[in-house]
Amino acid sequence: MKNYAIRMLRSGAAALAIAAFAGGAAPVQAQDAGSVKLGLVTFLSGPAAGPFGVPGRNGAEILIEALNAGKVPAPYNTVGLGGLKIETKIIDESGSAANVVSEYRNLVQRDQVDAIVGYVSSGNCLAVTPVAEELKALTVLFDCGTPRIFEEKPRKYVFRVTPHATQDNVAAARYVLAKKKNVTLYSGINQNYAWGQDSWRDFVGAMSVLAPKAKVDKELFPKLFAGEYGAEISTLLTSKSQVLHTSFYDGDLESFIYQQAARGLGKRMTILATTAESSMKRLGNKIPDGSIIGARGSNGPLARDTELNKWFVKVYTDRYGTAPTYPSYHMAQSIIGLKAAWEKAAKAKNDAKPTIDEVVAAFENLQFEAFGSTIKLAIGHGHQGIAEIAYGTYKFNKQKNEGEIVDVVRFPAECANPPADVNAEDWIKGGMKGAKCD
Amino acid sequence: MLTAFAILTDGLAYAAYLFMVAVGLTLIFGVMKILNVAHGSFYAFGAYGAAMAAGIYYDRGLPEAGGFLFMILLAMAIGLVLGLILERGVLRFVYGRDEVIVVLVTYAVFLILEDVIVFIWGPQSYAAYQPMVWAGNVEIGELVLSNYDILLVAISAGLALFAYWALKFTRYGRLLTVVIFDRETAAAFGINVTVVYTVTFIIGAMLGALGGAMMAPKISITLGIGVEVIVLAFAVVAVGGMGSIEGALVGALIVGICRAAAVHLMPQIELFVIYAVMALVLVFRPYGLFTRAQPRKI
Repeated sequence: MKNYAIRMLRSGAAALAIAAFAGGAAPVQAQDAGSVKLGLVTFLSGPAAGPFGVPGRNGAEILIEALNAGKVPAPYNTVGLGGLKIETKIIDESGSAANVVSEYRNLVQRDQVDAIVGYVSSGNCLAVTPVAEELKALTVLFDCGTPRIFEEKPRKYVFRVTPHATQDNVAAARYVLAKKKNVTLYSGINQNYAWGQDSWRDFVGAMSVLAPKAKVDKELFPKLFAGEYGAEISTLLTSKSQVLHTSFYDGDLESFIYQQAARGLGKRMTILATTAESSMKRLGNKIPDGSIIGARGSNGPLARDTELNKWFVKVYTDRYGTAPTYPSYHMAQSIIGLKAAWEKAAKAKNDAKPTIDEVVAAFENLQFEAFGSTIKLAIGHGHQGIAEIAYGTYKFNKQKNEGEIVDVVRFPAECANPPADVNAEDWIKGGMKGAKCD
Repeated sequence: MLTAFAILTDGLAYAAYLFMVAVGLTLIFGVMKILNVAHGSFYAFGAYGAAMAAGIYYDRGLPEAGGFLFMILLAMAIGLVLGLILERGVLRFVYGRDEVIVVLVTYAVFLILEDVIVFIWGPQSYAAYQPMVWAGNVEIGELVLSNYDILLVAISAGLALFAYWALKFTRYGRLLTVVIFDRETAAAFGINVTVVYTVTFIIGAMLGALGGAMMAPKISITLGIGVEVIVLAFAVVAVGGMGSIEGALVGALIVGICRAAAVHLMPQIELFVIYAVMALVLVFRPYGLFTRAQPRKI
């Protein structure tokens, strides 16, 4: 019996040792009086870690290091936030919404962070938003796409500089119709949850306005992380659609692209993938030439060639051996937006450390230069960013052995986003009135 | 007609995938009465191992076909080692405990192995598409079928036939059948049940890893792939009957064909149909289609 107990303890200790070794939490850095403490939340485990969470964390890591060293190009060449160095605590976004909210409360109440930048999942953004308002904690949502955050009710402490998902799909419809004027039949394959359904709804809505004669053929909604799309590809192969819309991302997008490549779907119809930039490097020549590629804004290879963008791409590539994808941009522009608001508030106090309410006031309706484009917090009562968005056509360059995006079209922010205080769905249904595309 | 043909081919391809991931799970349950949640980890390790093998092999520009074989061999070797470590290192200490405790132990192992994957391979995704691309495709009317899918169906059918032969016509298969019927009686007749357990668990782990290796060319190998698989495998095994290999085959065929029909005819119910089939079967056959009546022990 004693031997049995010892054996059990040994195996238990071994299991615990493996768990602690493999899943260790990020260390908390020491905080001093002259610093700003920032909570960063992103996926560090689970399926969304590879394509979103880790690129997001990497973007934050290099940017905060450079900000603390005062090495970011102008106009962001001051140290940290208003001269105060940034200290971070990184939290894994994985787990249930209840767990994510608990971790959020821990960051605010136990760790006493000054601000939180985070969240990839729309569900998690919706879950933490009311808590942020309750705790009066400055929170910048960095990657989630749901328009509902600021449409449900006005927010005071929550901001999102990254434009929401409506612009991805409105701009996608505009690009398709600019390049393929004779589209009469199109299909969609999107994940069966809020992101996929909202993306398809906005795309169909925009197509109905811009090309009323074009009809929907197949509407496919496989479950999230299904991985196997044989039946869906057969359904599409037997359809007469000219365009296939997909907001797939991550492993789902990559699995679908591999499987369609083996069956030649891309030769039958143009694939329009609103997030494919994040997987472009990995997919290489498996993406059919002629596919339409989005990057959820002017990000990655679709970013404008500014000094700030050149710097970001260089330091990121030097550190990680690969160019930043749009989640890295989303994280970096969220931190830069916070810096711009913080320093605007500090400037009004003769460079003294501002209170959170002062930063919040400075953040509202802010306009600032980000890495890929200029961002204006023009909607959502001055809390939701809009920016130009670009789409392009994929072409695999055999000589360089890498994909390129050609035939890029940039749509102004006001062309693909609803005006201030107009619900996105209502704006599309109403014919996208007030859109400024020139 | 075209739609019916597409439903049949898609259903068979999906059933092949389901059978591959369910057969090891049902074998382990049949012999050891363990509902092994960690089976999803065997699948994931198999897929990651296959991707690693593909990287090693194809980077050297070696002949395409050999790469597929190397992927399978490496994945099954990983399954063998992992199965041996788990059975000898963890599970043998909980034999005879309440079934719920054993399930919780396998769940804990599953969670630990998810982190081990991050530790070994990192959070990024991997690809091993070369065998699928190399296999090419065949056009039948408007439909284009992947030859790799046809190969998957053939391998699954071969696996089912091999399992049937091994259980019915080999000495070890007969020993296994005796242990499945009654462990205590088998031990009383001199069968070394401990060895049977270890070998069975290792075979189950290797089958799980084989499933991962076979699917690796079709999917993006990312964190969490084991979670999706284990849920589907449970549904298949519940339909066919826990512990029945022929049940896993029939369950995979039913679920595969029903799902393909739903995608083609009514895509809105694609997810619902898998679990509706399971619920319907369990209403009329609470222990699944192929579970034998259990004698009550006094």
